Amino acid sequence: MNEKSLRGTALVMLGCPQVPIQTSAALYLVHGLRKAGIPVTIAGTPSARALLEVADPERVYLDEVVDLDACIGFIAEGERDFSMSFVFVHNDAGVAYVASLAAMSKGRVHAVVFGGSTEEIVAQLQQVPCEIITARGSHNPLPMKKKLDGVLQWVVSNR
Amino acid sequence: MKHEIIARQISFTEASSYIRSNTAEVYEVPPGFKIFDVYIIGIPPILLGIDGTVITFPYTKPCHGTFLLRIDSPEEAGRIRAAAKRVRK
Repeated sequence: MNEKSLRGTALVMLGCPQVPIQTSAALYLVHGLRKAGIPVTIAGTPSARALLEVADPERVYLDEVVDLDACIGFIAEGERDFSMSFVFVHNDAGVAYVASLAAMSKGRVHAVVFGGSTEEIVAQLQQVPCEIITARGSHNPLPMKKKLDGVLQWVVSNR
Repeated sequence: MKHEIIARQISFTEASSYIRSNTAEVYEVPPGFKIFDVYIIGIPPILLGIDGTVITFPYTKPCHGTFLLRIDSPEEAGRIRAAAKRVRK
């Protein structure tokens, strides 16, 4: 599976949903990617998935939604991969997930860093081969929305 | 599966430090390495420790951080010794 064959697929990976802006920012990102014609798979914990699925009962915004561990499994086994991945990170576990994905995926990996410890997390990510999108804050999604707008613009212009 | 939790809610770096300092043999595996039907994730290099047939390894959960687990399994210990890169005897 090479990068060319992955063109036009995206993964949005969600961690623990305890920080409120994750769900809002993820839904906004999924919407933007889909609008650009890119099918999106969302992987998350049961609670992270339920927050999205309850908010979008008719699947207006959501495409495929899968279990986080299952997603790690099929990427680790080489069964699937994505041309671009966005891993939401607000704690140490999130750093482990983005580092793993950066090692396993042939596509471009982005760490979407948010919450109250962004500086510490960004410092931990310095050795990880990924793009870093960061907006400090836990409750107001607007700073992250602004950052995601920039990324989405780049995605559209580089398709 | 019978297991012992050595530490809970620690950082991934703390888990690696413990394994490096407290296990007889240390092995390095890539993210996604499968052990006990679980895909290990973490910041490379991911370290696993072995003492005889007892394996010490990090297990990261999104909401609870990294756990350090110890499980006795001659089969898995043998598989790790055969498949993983040994970084210290």
